[in-house]
Amino acid sequence: MKLTGAEALIKALQDEGVDTVFGYPGGAVLPIYDALYDSDLNHILTRHEQGAAHAADGYARATGKPGVCFATSGPGATNLVTGIANAYMDSVPLVAFTGQVVTSLLGRDSFQEADITGITMPITKHNYLVEDPADLTKIVREAFYLATTGRPGPVLVDIPKDISSGETEYEKPAPLCMPGYKPPTSGDEDLVNQAAAAIMASERPVIYAGGGVISAGAHEELKQIAQLMVAPVTTTLMGLGGFPEDHPLSLGMLGMHGSRYANYAVCECDLLLAVGVRFDDRVTGKVESFAPNAKIIHIDIDPAELSKNVPVDIAIVGNLKIVLKQLLERLTAKLPGAWQDRIKQWKKEYPLQFETGKDTIKPQQVIKEIYNVTGGRARITTEVGQHQMWAAQYYTYTRPRSFISSGGLGTMGYGFPAAIGVQVGCPDEVVFDIAGDGSIQMNIQELATAVNYELPVNVAIMNNGYLGMVRQWQEMFYNRRYSHTEMINPDFVKLAEAYGAEGYRVEKAADIKPVLEQAVKSSRPVMMDFVVEQEENVVPMVPPGEALNNMLG
Amino acid sequence: MLHTLAVLVENNPGVLARVAGLFSRRGFNIDSLAVGRTDNPAISRMTIVVEGDERTLEQVTKQLHKLVDVIKINDITKEPHVERELVLIKVQADRAARLEVMQIAGVFRAKIVDCGPKTLTVEATGTEDKINALEEALRPYTIKELMRTGKIAMLRGARYTTVK
Repeated sequence: MKLTGAEALIKALQDEGVDTVFGYPGGAVLPIYDALYDSDLNHILTRHEQGAAHAADGYARATGKPGVCFATSGPGATNLVTGIANAYMDSVPLVAFTGQVVTSLLGRDSFQEADITGITMPITKHNYLVEDPADLTKIVREAFYLATTGRPGPVLVDIPKDISSGETEYEKPAPLCMPGYKPPTSGDEDLVNQAAAAIMASERPVIYAGGGVISAGAHEELKQIAQLMVAPVTTTLMGLGGFPEDHPLSLGMLGMHGSRYANYAVCECDLLLAVGVRFDDRVTGKVESFAPNAKIIHIDIDPAELSKNVPVDIAIVGNLKIVLKQLLERLTAKLPGAWQDRIKQWKKEYPLQFETGKDTIKPQQVIKEIYNVTGGRARITTEVGQHQMWAAQYYTYTRPRSFISSGGLGTMGYGFPAAIGVQVGCPDEVVFDIAGDGSIQMNIQELATAVNYELPVNVAIMNNGYLGMVRQWQEMFYNRRYSHTEMINPDFVKLAEAYGAEGYRVEKAADIKPVLEQAVKSSRPVMMDFVVEQEENVVPMVPPGEALNNMLG
Repeated sequence: MLHTLAVLVENNPGVLARVAGLFSRRGFNIDSLAVGRTDNPAISRMTIVVEGDERTLEQVTKQLHKLVDVIKINDITKEPHVERELVLIKVQADRAARLEVMQIAGVFRAKIVDCGPKTLTVEATGTEDKINALEEALRPYTIKELMRTGKIAMLRGARYTTVK
């Protein structure tokens, strides 16, 4: 069957089970958009390519399926860059397709030409410049295989216009042949035995779980192991939802803004079982003082993460779901003892708490109310900053893929387009973007997308009139010199209404609940402007470069 | 310490940029890098000499393995292996110095590959040490141009860096 390159691309996408694409058309992708016109692929037109990349990322994190986005050459492609880097840092399966100038114009600084394969080399798992329409189907297949297997990540495919408009014979591609790529499966038996023995011999175990638990779908296995070991579980920001926070063994989040009891537990444990984590600096604080008394077992699918930042005692490469099962077979139930009592004591002594304001709304209070109104069943996305940390601390996550946030790259402007992607992937669920007044303005144009596709996304802005996290650091470490962190904001209600969404401004605590209830009921996008305490700080806090047990607040 | 890595890669466009980019962005120091195709035109082989302690080297190897185009990596530093480097040195050699330069080349079993009115070009192969020694010996005659290929290396005997 003779097809154009673009038709072959669409067909190859459908062979991969893709039904939804986020994108933005332009000159060099015209042939692809022309082929899209006749296809039954669901295309969501965002209002900026960055929005398309983040929406595809949010869709992927919520559904577990790869996210797909399209953009044109040059500025279209470079606008994807932040979204791709974001997906790379958080190991999200994303496949980005970009148009490119015709092959004969490549390398001549042509109109809307950018070397996007060169630009994205350090932020993709792999990328391709397609040189022959006949290669398209094979490359698409490889791209999806790479994005979704092993440690997931973004893959970019750059398609010159003459390739997408050129003709090719469409055939189902031959089996994949990538001699340099073998995703790990089970863990080394000897090492698993050693790990099991160390766990059984431990007296003060802690499990430190990350995003790998969620991407491997290993949350059930994790829970079983925690219960067998009677080990408290702390998760990273990326791991939130990987272990139910309403479980008695949950310690919540650790690290810079983690709970005191999680950080104390890590400092005093004699065994740390680190699963699907990468010992990020926001988690470890001062590396030399991280879990100083513990034997560390690290299980991860990416060998390069083992002993990268913190030297570990037992390093196991493998698919987390499989390795945890191997480990489960070798463990017998342990009994709670003094350690578990100690943890209980810490939890009682140092709970996460805030003082309710007299006249003002506290942002933490809004988050708790979102939890109450949604029964803890909402999909939460966030932007980046103080509101993100409060969302991590005060909404009790019990399901994997329910907390969707930019962890590694820390991308302001991520949460809203991501929420759009989440809502597209989970049409029957309640989706909230918890935002700050600074972050929301970085991709606010996506209101048009939400309205266009009738997506009932809820945006809750914690409006403190500052770039709050930066202001907090200026307060704590720069002698209160608030250099360029005060925000003069638009009227978010009018803005929402101008786009055709609903808008509410909330200034009194008594109005929080009714407005949230109204938002959840509404079938339209809703933007809520919560006017909150201006100089509230995120606590507790480990100052940068300090040990985890050296917490402020 | 210097480590010698023998690396097999798929001969795809951009593979050299991928490898070189990885070294620079992760802050690894390349001492030398030589690349060319193997008996199989679809596969290229690199010899990379990298500086760093054991922990750095472990990261280099693991990060290299993450590149989809990288098929195999052997750290052959401590294994018996053959290593060679090729150098071309153009030395100022007027009538008076010409004989001496040729004699020095002879000592190193180097060849004279070009003879200009005022210069001689010496070609030599050997280990890095030998090339260094030749360079030092010729330095007093004024080196006008010098080009080294970087080291290429291969395991000895029945041990291989090949695709199974």
